[in-house]
Amino acid sequence: MQLQSMYQEIILDHYRNPHGRGLREPFEAEVHHVNPTCGDEVTLRVHLDGDTLADISYEGMGCSISQASVSAMYDLVIGKPVPEALETGEHFMTLMQSKGDASVAEKLEDELEDAIAFAGVSKYPARIKCALMSWMALKDASARALAASTAVPTTHPTTPAGGDKA
Amino acid sequence: MTQTVSRPGAGAQKAPLPLDVEAIRADFPILSRTVRDGKRLVYLDSGATSQKPLSVLDAERDFYLTCNAAPHRGAHQLAEEATGRYEAARATIGAFIGAPAEEVVFTRNTTEAINLVAYALSNAATAKEPEFRRYAVGQGDEIVVTEMEHHANLVPWQQLCERTGATLRWLGLTDDGRLDLSDLGTVVNERTRLVAVTQQSNILGTINPLGDISARAREVGALLLVDGAQSVPHQPVDVTTLGADFLVFSGHKMLGPTGVGVLWGRYEVLDALPPFLTGGSMIEVVRMEGSTFMPPPQRFEAGVPMTAQVIGLAAAVEYLQQLGMERVQAHEEALTAYALEKLAEIPGVTVIGPPDTVARGGAVSFTVEGVHPHDVGQVLDDLGVEVRVGHHCAWPVVRRYGVPATTRATFYVHTGYDDIDALADAVREAQRFFGVAQGEVS
Repeated sequence: MQLQSMYQEIILDHYRNPHGRGLREPFEAEVHHVNPTCGDEVTLRVHLDGDTLADISYEGMGCSISQASVSAMYDLVIGKPVPEALETGEHFMTLMQSKGDASVAEKLEDELEDAIAFAGVSKYPARIKCALMSWMALKDASARALAASTAVPTTHPTTPAGGDKA
Repeated sequence: MTQTVSRPGAGAQKAPLPLDVEAIRADFPILSRTVRDGKRLVYLDSGATSQKPLSVLDAERDFYLTCNAAPHRGAHQLAEEATGRYEAARATIGAFIGAPAEEVVFTRNTTEAINLVAYALSNAATAKEPEFRRYAVGQGDEIVVTEMEHHANLVPWQQLCERTGATLRWLGLTDDGRLDLSDLGTVVNERTRLVAVTQQSNILGTINPLGDISARAREVGALLLVDGAQSVPHQPVDVTTLGADFLVFSGHKMLGPTGVGVLWGRYEVLDALPPFLTGGSMIEVVRMEGSTFMPPPQRFEAGVPMTAQVIGLAAAVEYLQQLGMERVQAHEEALTAYALEKLAEIPGVTVIGPPDTVARGGAVSFTVEGVHPHDVGQVLDDLGVEVRVGHHCAWPVVRRYGVPATTRATFYVHTGYDDIDALADAVREAQRFFGVAQGEVS
């Protein structure tokens, strides 16, 4: 069975016991992203302290890969400055594009910690979007939060994005 | 609604299958390939697209090898032969649904056929020719769909309403996966210009009572469009008794090539519609100041058509006719009954859709408690069982039944009981994998 290469124990752990799940206050931006081919969804909030990700909070539904990915991402980026978090996101994107090339995963091991367990997903093109959805949501929400913090405060920062609100 | 043959403890019943599955499989070379490290391919995704028998591939190849040319243009011998084959294919495909050739319009697929009608209805409002305004849709008019529709038979009508100011209304669903016709009399009313409904749900498998809907549409003078994408491939459909004004379906779901679909329309209605796409071969006279158009079906076939695909689809139709559509339907009904029983035997599996084979076709959607459909699909795929997972382009349906997505198995002429046994075994394996995986996966 090739399945174990994708469903690493670490992924199933994050799926069953997600870290940081739930929507919390305060937040400067909230986004809603969906994977329109299959209906996976995540609502994600970003709270900044300066340019540091003080908290990300989220609710979502979807397959084990999409839900474990957001949990692993939470662990990775909390407390990091936004540019560094986005760079980690770029590393994760590189991993997803690696088509199962172990040498790529090896090089990224330090940067991606638990998220390196998603290396096996890169062999399944149909599932890559599931793993990337939360990272896209983070990129979007961070940009909005940064824009909100440098702009004149508006009445309500909540902004849906990323396609059809289910 | 109580024709379930299930006997608790007796195991699923295997009625003799009307079609010779082994002989049919020999016509589909793709079915002998393996997937995922040598697993037998168990293809249960014909509802998304069907596999193609050799005769269809041969027909397309023969066209390119012997008489490839653009039909309806040029006076050379190849053009004559290509036109002859193209029009002969139109007659074959028309006869398959009981229609004369001039009522058969070729489109890219079902989606384009529906868009053709939707755009013709809004174009009618601004047509300079009075004869094209008969079916114009505008403010105060209503379009009726159902909550069961594929996005292809929903979004074009939403868009038509946005373009014209008309109002979209819809018939809802019952808990057991049927259309709720209790308010048919009010939802379809004298303001209704068109009712668009699927003959068979691509996700629930439900076969709809078109007679009631047609009668009501007739009563109020509304047009009726039937989405046959999931019915024409799987059961006899005859437009002379369907009670519809339009029937749309795709070639690629009925053993034919991709890139060809059909819009059938009653000639009188087609003839009163303005064109959707315009350009070459649909015109009568072109001057710099303006143009006039050919009668149907040419009016709706702008540009060089998908000639080889049309010829391939005619070969697919002939293949199905040789099997006999009654037998195809009976074959799938036996498989569906067996699949419903096999799935019912698995604790935690819930079928979304009618629980028996009464007015139901071979699309079986289900959920597995505790395992997301994507994850179910991944385990199935690992075992060579190819199904569809997700919302199946019918998002309102999965939302109606409170699930994020489903796993869907669909059957066709090459499907046998062994395929359904493989499905049931794989679903149990998915449960085992996700149930005990924590301790076992390394």
